Amino acid sequence: MATSLTPPGQGTPVGKLKPAGTLYRGREGMWSWVMHRITGVAIFFFLFVHVLDTATVRVSPEVYDGVIAQYKNPVMGLGEAGLVGAVVFHALNGIRIILVDFWSGGTKHQRKLFWGVVALWTVLMVPFLIRHLTIVFTH
Amino acid sequence: MSAPEQTPGGSYAPALETPRSPYRRSRSTHTNWELYGWLFMRMSGVVLIVLVFGHLFVNLMTGEGIHQVNWGFVAGKWSSPFWQVWDLLMLWLAQLHGANGVRTIINDYAERDGTRFWLKMALYLASAIVIVVGTLVIFTFDPCADPSQTFDFCRPAIDNVPTVTSPNS
Ligand code: HEM
Ligand code: HEM
Repeated sequence: MATSLTPPGQGTPVGKLKPAGTLYRGREGMWSWVMHRITGVAIFFFLFVHVLDTATVRVSPEVYDGVIAQYKNPVMGLGEAGLVGAVVFHALNGIRIILVDFWSGGTKHQRKLFWGVVALWTVLMVPFLIRHLTIVFTH
Repeated sequence: MSAPEQTPGGSYAPALETPRSPYRRSRSTHTNWELYGWLFMRMSGVVLIVLVFGHLFVNLMTGEGIHQVNWGFVAGKWSSPFWQVWDLLMLWLAQLHGANGVRTIINDYAERDGTRFWLKMALYLASAIVIVVGTLVIFTFDPCADPSQTFDFCRPAIDNVPTVTSPNS
């Protein structure tokens, strides 16, 4: 099946002859796509676990508090930082995709838009990390 | 799969049409589901920014951050219709958006028809479970279920009757 992933000119390599230089290494456009995909799937799996752990509020306060206590240790604190980093990237890059699709200047400026995503991500993540990691490590 | 994957926007005209073949304005044989899905990804995305960022901010940045989260914290939020509606919308939009996104990814990577079919069945089943369980939890949650908590709105109504103090005391 030819999918959206089959790079032009790259079929199944035959024998030991590896086609030289045909591996598609895109620039900003490809990396933002790869990262959008990875973060999307990661958030999806988190959401599955998250709704099930939240469902334990219906079991009893003790059970819920026991489950949530797991989220409060420093290792999970780092995991939460990673999750938020993924969500913020996916959301900002989502806006970039929407702009490329609907704004007439979007395609022309898509590379600048990507660096805008990276800049905004940093601006949002620095204060978040300072606050969250302080809470996690000094409680 | 023999038929080429549809691009958002529906099927394109074949590359080579018979010259001057009459232009058919409507094709009754195809639906626009992929287009609607494409639009839904964008519209739900815009709404999810507000919902998910707000959720993360209130739960991680306010008060004592992650350390404030416990049963009483959830009871406080879900005693208000505002957060019930917020979470309900977030649940449905995030799950449908995520499921549709993962469906695209399955279509991209799972090349065998059988594999693709079963992966999608697992995806739809998991999504249905999450939506049903999550919705039921929001609607059946009782913020007064814990006898040790002290919310005002959980006190029996009789406590709120103003007491008459005797003039002598
Ligand atoms: C580490 C970060 C997170 C924490 C600490 C957290 C915490 C919570 C808590 C305490 C609740 C209970 C109700 C409420 O507070 O509104 C909840 C519910 C919920 N959260 Fe999160 N959350 C996090 C991240 C996320 C993310 C990234 C998403 C979206 C993808 C999300 C989606 C939801 C949904 C849909 C519900 C409602 C579940 C239900 O209907 O049973 N959460 N979360
Ligand atoms: C926070 C706001 C969000 C925005 C602005 C956003 C935006 C987008 C956009 C524009 C797309 C591209 C759709 C397309 O190419 O047709 C997309 C794909 C995707 N999203 Fe989101 N999204 C958000 C939240 C989420 C959440 C919470 C999840 C998981 C539950 C998620 C999972 C995915 C997945 C798996 C894809 C498919 C990626 C791919 O095909 O490579 N997104 N998102």
